[in-house]
Amino acid sequence: MTQAFRIENEGLINRDKKLSFKFNGKTYLGYEGDTLASALLANGVHLVGRSFKYHRPRGFFGAGVDEPYAVVQLYRNGETEPNIKATEQELFEGLEAKSVNCWPSVNFDIGAINNFLKIFLPAGFYYKTFMWPKSFWYRIYEPFIRKAAGLGVASTKHDNERYEHKYEHCDLLIAGSGPSGLAGAYAAAKNGAKVILAEDKPRFGGSLLTSDVNIGNQSGKDWAEGIIAELKTMPNVVVKNRSQIFGYYDHNMLVMSEKVSDHLPSTKKYHPNKRLWYIRAKEVLISSGSIERPIVFGNNDTPGVMLSSAAKEYLKVYGVLVGRKPLVFTNNDSGYETAIEFKKHGVDPVVLDTRKNPESEIIDEAKNLGINIKNSYVVVAAQGYKKVKSADIASISEDKKQLGKIENIQCDCICVSGFWTPTIHLASQSGNKTKFKEGIDAFVPGQSKQNEITLGAANGVFSLDETLKTSFKAGSELSKKITENDNEIAIPNVVEKKSSQYDKFWCVPLPKGKNYKRFLDFQNDVAVSDVEIALREGYRSIEHVKRYTTLGMATDQGKTSNLNGLQLVSEIENKVVPAVGHTTFRPPYTPVSIGAIVGREVGKHSKPTRKSPMHSWHEKNNAVFVDAGIWLRPRYYKRGNENLFEGSKREAKNVRTNVGVCDVTTLGKIDIKGPDAAELLNRVYTNAWLKLPVGKARYGVMLREDGIVMDDGTTTRISENHYHMTTTTAQAANVLSHLEYYLQLVWPELNVNVVSTTEQWAGAAIAGPKSRDLLKKLFPNSDVSNEGLPFMGYIEGDLFGVKARIYRISFSGELAYEVNVESDYGNFMWEKIMEVGEEFNIQPYGTEALSTLRIEMGHVAGSELDGRTIPFDNALEGLVSKKKDFIGKRSLQRSAFIAEDRQRIVGVVPLDKQTSIPEGSHLVKDDKAPLPNPKLGHISASCWSVEYDNPFSLAILKDGKNMIGQKLFAMSPLKNKVIPVEIVSSHYVDPKGERVRS
Amino acid sequence: MLYINCPHCGMRSQNEFSYGGDASVKRPELNKEVSDQEWDNFVYNRKSLRGKHLELWQHISGCRQWIKVERDTVTHEIFRTFKADEEVA
Repeated sequence: MTQAFRIENEGLINRDKKLSFKFNGKTYLGYEGDTLASALLANGVHLVGRSFKYHRPRGFFGAGVDEPYAVVQLYRNGETEPNIKATEQELFEGLEAKSVNCWPSVNFDIGAINNFLKIFLPAGFYYKTFMWPKSFWYRIYEPFIRKAAGLGVASTKHDNERYEHKYEHCDLLIAGSGPSGLAGAYAAAKNGAKVILAEDKPRFGGSLLTSDVNIGNQSGKDWAEGIIAELKTMPNVVVKNRSQIFGYYDHNMLVMSEKVSDHLPSTKKYHPNKRLWYIRAKEVLISSGSIERPIVFGNNDTPGVMLSSAAKEYLKVYGVLVGRKPLVFTNNDSGYETAIEFKKHGVDPVVLDTRKNPESEIIDEAKNLGINIKNSYVVVAAQGYKKVKSADIASISEDKKQLGKIENIQCDCICVSGFWTPTIHLASQSGNKTKFKEGIDAFVPGQSKQNEITLGAANGVFSLDETLKTSFKAGSELSKKITENDNEIAIPNVVEKKSSQYDKFWCVPLPKGKNYKRFLDFQNDVAVSDVEIALREGYRSIEHVKRYTTLGMATDQGKTSNLNGLQLVSEIENKVVPAVGHTTFRPPYTPVSIGAIVGREVGKHSKPTRKSPMHSWHEKNNAVFVDAGIWLRPRYYKRGNENLFEGSKREAKNVRTNVGVCDVTTLGKIDIKGPDAAELLNRVYTNAWLKLPVGKARYGVMLREDGIVMDDGTTTRISENHYHMTTTTAQAANVLSHLEYYLQLVWPELNVNVVSTTEQWAGAAIAGPKSRDLLKKLFPNSDVSNEGLPFMGYIEGDLFGVKARIYRISFSGELAYEVNVESDYGNFMWEKIMEVGEEFNIQPYGTEALSTLRIEMGHVAGSELDGRTIPFDNALEGLVSKKKDFIGKRSLQRSAFIAEDRQRIVGVVPLDKQTSIPEGSHLVKDDKAPLPNPKLGHISASCWSVEYDNPFSLAILKDGKNMIGQKLFAMSPLKNKVIPVEIVSSHYVDPKGERVRS
Repeated sequence: MLYINCPHCGMRSQNEFSYGGDASVKRPELNKEVSDQEWDNFVYNRKSLRGKHLELWQHISGCRQWIKVERDTVTHEIFRTFKADEEVA
C-alpha cells in the first residue's frame, strides 16, 4: 500500500530505509524514524481503537505522551505487551500491533451498541446497576464487561527480556530537552557541573523541532542539534533520549525509565529492554513543556479530530498530512502556526477563531498566505462516524452563549487548539505548592519544597526569548552554587513571532434540540453531561467528582482533560478554578513497565539464595531441598522412590537406633568478646550466666521487652572473655541487631563486641546412640568419653589436620555432638564423617527428620516460639531467674502472663493412633458445638513418632498444665478433618532426658 | 526514598537502614522497682508525633551503628543526625 499522505521534502524521517509493519493483520510501509502513529497516518489509517465505555471509534488525538486514544497491543519478537501508545512506539521492521477494547474487530465492534444505549450509561452507571442481584456480579456482569473492555491483554508467558536498575548521582538533573532544558543544561555543563539531561522522545529539541523560530542566526532545530552535539562531547554530561522521568520522590530522588530496546525489532545481545534509573540530584530543572488543551464540542472524539500541535508535529517531524481538507479550530495563535504549515505544503485549511478580531504577526502571516479565516466562529459538532466527513459550524455571540445559524462545511480533519497547559506533574509530585496563573488559566508551580525549579512552558512562559534567558541564568546559578565556577555564556538572539492574547473559551454550547456527546476525558469516555450529573447528585470535591465520573483516571492521567474538567466544575459551581483546586498528581507520570520496576529481581534473583559449604554434597546425594528463610536446606535425602514421609521416617529412625548427621550450618552464630561478655549474656538471657565455666555450653532463652520469647539457643564459653552464641536460623539477623541495640544505646558502658560468624563456620550435628563411637574415630587424639566431654561440654579437636570445635549439645534428644570447622573445610568435614561413619550405619538426615526428633522430645522451635508465647507457655519457666533482672522480665508480671489457666505446651495423640493431625488445627471440647466453637488451643507442630510409630503433635493449649489426660477434638476446617485426641505430656520420648547424658 | 546522613559513613539511601522507633524512650534501669504505668509507657505507649521527631535508625547494611535522626514526620525533612552516644540538644 502506498503512503498516500506522506509529503516530499519535509520531516526528520530516514526515507532511505523503508520498514514494513502490520496493523490489525494488514501490512503497511513506513520509514525509519516514524512512530506507529505517524506511519499509520501516512497510510491514511485513522481508526485505531474503540473507546472505553461507549465503544465509539477512536483515532489519533496527540503525537506523544498525551495520547488518550491510540493505545495498542504490541507484538515484538514473540512477546506481546499491552497499553502501548502508538504515538510513542517507534516503528521497526516487522512490527505488529492490534487495536484494543474492541470485539470482534475495530471495524465491527459489538460493544458499540453501548453508544446507542448511552442515555442508560451515565456517570456512576456501573456502581448503580450491577449491584443487584449480588451473585450476578461474578457470573454474568464482570465476565461480560471484562471481555468488552480493557486496554489490552497482559502476556501470561515468562518475559524473556532483561530489565536493569541503575543508581546515579548528579548535580543537576534536567527533565525535558526543549529550549529551556537545553539552555539550562548547557550553562550548567559549562560550569563543570555533573548534568543529566533526559528526553522522553527519540529526538532532542522539544518544541524547537516544529516551531518556526531562529536562535543566533540558525533555525531553532539546528541550534538544538548543535547544543546536543556539544553536550555529548562533554565528560560531565549524560544526555539520554527515550528516557522518561516519571516520578519525583523524597530528598530529590527521581526515577527515570529508559527505553533501551523498544525501537528495535529485537533486543540486542547483553542489552536490557529497559533501564530504570534512580537518580539522586542536588538540583532539578523541570523543563517538561506544555500540552495543548482541547476545546470541547459535539462529537469531539471522532477520528480525525486532533490537537493542532499534533497535526503540526506529524507534518514537520514525519512529513505526514493528517488530512487534505483541514479545519483548524482555535482560540489562540497556535492554531495559525498549524494552518500556515498546511498552506506551505499546498493544502488549504480553514481557520475558525473564537476571537472577534485578533491581531498578531502570526495572524498577519496567515492572512498574507491567503488562508481562509473565520472570526467568532466555532465548531458545533463533528460529523462522520469512523472518520470526520464534515463539521457543523456556527458563528458565536460575543458573550459566547448564542450560536448563529449552523452551516455544514466539508473537511477531513479538525485540528483543535484550546491554548496550552503547563506540565506540572513532576513539580507537584515533589511537594511544590502549585498556583493558578490568570491569563493562561492553568496551574503553574509555586513554592518549592525540594531543590527544584520549573522553567519555560512548564512554568507557563510561552515566549522563547524569555525561556532561554531564564534557563541560561538558572543553569549558571544552580551550577555555580555547586561547582563554584562562573563561566559566562553569551545568550543568543532570538527571532520569534509575537502572539496575541488567547481567548478564555473552552466549551461550545449545545445548539437547541441537539444533545451531542461533548467529551472531556477521551480515554475514559467522560462527557460534559457526566460531570453535570455528578454535581447534580451532590458530589462537590474535585477528588470525588474524579472518582465518580472517572474523569482523569485513565492511563493518560487526564493530561488533556484535567483543566477542561475543572473549568466545567467551576462554571457549574460558580467558583473560580483555583477554588475548585486540582486533583493530586501522583507518580508515575506515564505508565511504566512492571518489568522495569522489578528489574533483575525475578525468579531466582528475587532474593539471594544462601547455600551451606556442603550444598554440592547434598545435591549429589539426592537431597530434596526446602527454603529455610533464604537458605536452602536438605529436607530429606531421597532413596529410590521414597516420598517425604517415608524418607524422613527412615532418617529419624536411624538417628534413634544408629547415628545420623545433619547440616546445621544455617544456625545463626554470633561471636561475643570482651570483659563484660558474661554480664551482657546475663542481661539478655532469662537464666544465669555469670558462673558458666570455660569449656561449657548453656541453653538460653531471650525475651523481648514485652515478655514474649524472642529466640533460644546455646552459648558456649570458648575462653575467659570469649563466647560463641547460636541463634535459630530465622532470627539470626534480628538477634544481632537486638544485641547491638543494647550495647550501643542502652548499656554503652559494657565493654563487649559482637559480630556475626554464621558464614564463617560450617556445622554438622552428629546424633544417635553410636555418635560417641564415631566421634572417637574422628578425633582419636581427643578424650570424648562421657567424663572427658560431658553433656554441655566443649573441646577443641583435630579432625584429620583441620581445627574443629566440638560441642556436646543435642536438639534431637539423643546422645549428640555438634562439630564446627571453618567454612572452607565444611565439605571435607562432611565427607570424613560419612566415610568414618559408614561402619556405624550413618545416614544424613534433613530438616523433616530433625523436626520429628525434636517434636517427639518436646523441644520447642519456631512454631512454638511464634511471637505470641512466654517462657511458661513453652515449659521453659525453669530457665527464668528469680534473682537477677533481664530484658523483658518486668513484663512477665503482667496479669495475663501469670493467669492460673495460662496456655502451655502439651503433647497430642490421636485416639485412633493413625490419623495425622494437620498443623494449625484448633483444639475444641465439643466437635458439635455451634460456631464459633470456643478454641482452647492450636496444634503447633506434627510428626510421625518413630519411637512409638504413631502420629504425635505439639500444641499450645489453654490451661495445658491441667489438661493432661483429657480428651478433646482437633478440628481443621481447611482440611475438613475432625480428629478425637488425647492430651499427653509434651515430653513424649525419654521424658527424663537420660539419653543426652548417656 | 530518604537520604540519611549517617554520622559514621556520610549520606546514604534509606534502603541501607532499618527503622528503630522513638529515640526519646529511655529504658528503666535494671533491678529497679518500676510501676505498671512506667513499664507500659516504656514498652507500649508512644506518641504519634506530627512534625519534628527524634527517631532511631540502624545502618544495617553499612556500619551497623544505631543512630538518632531528627526528622519531620509530615515533610520527611531530616534536620540533624547523631551518633548513638551523642547528646541531642
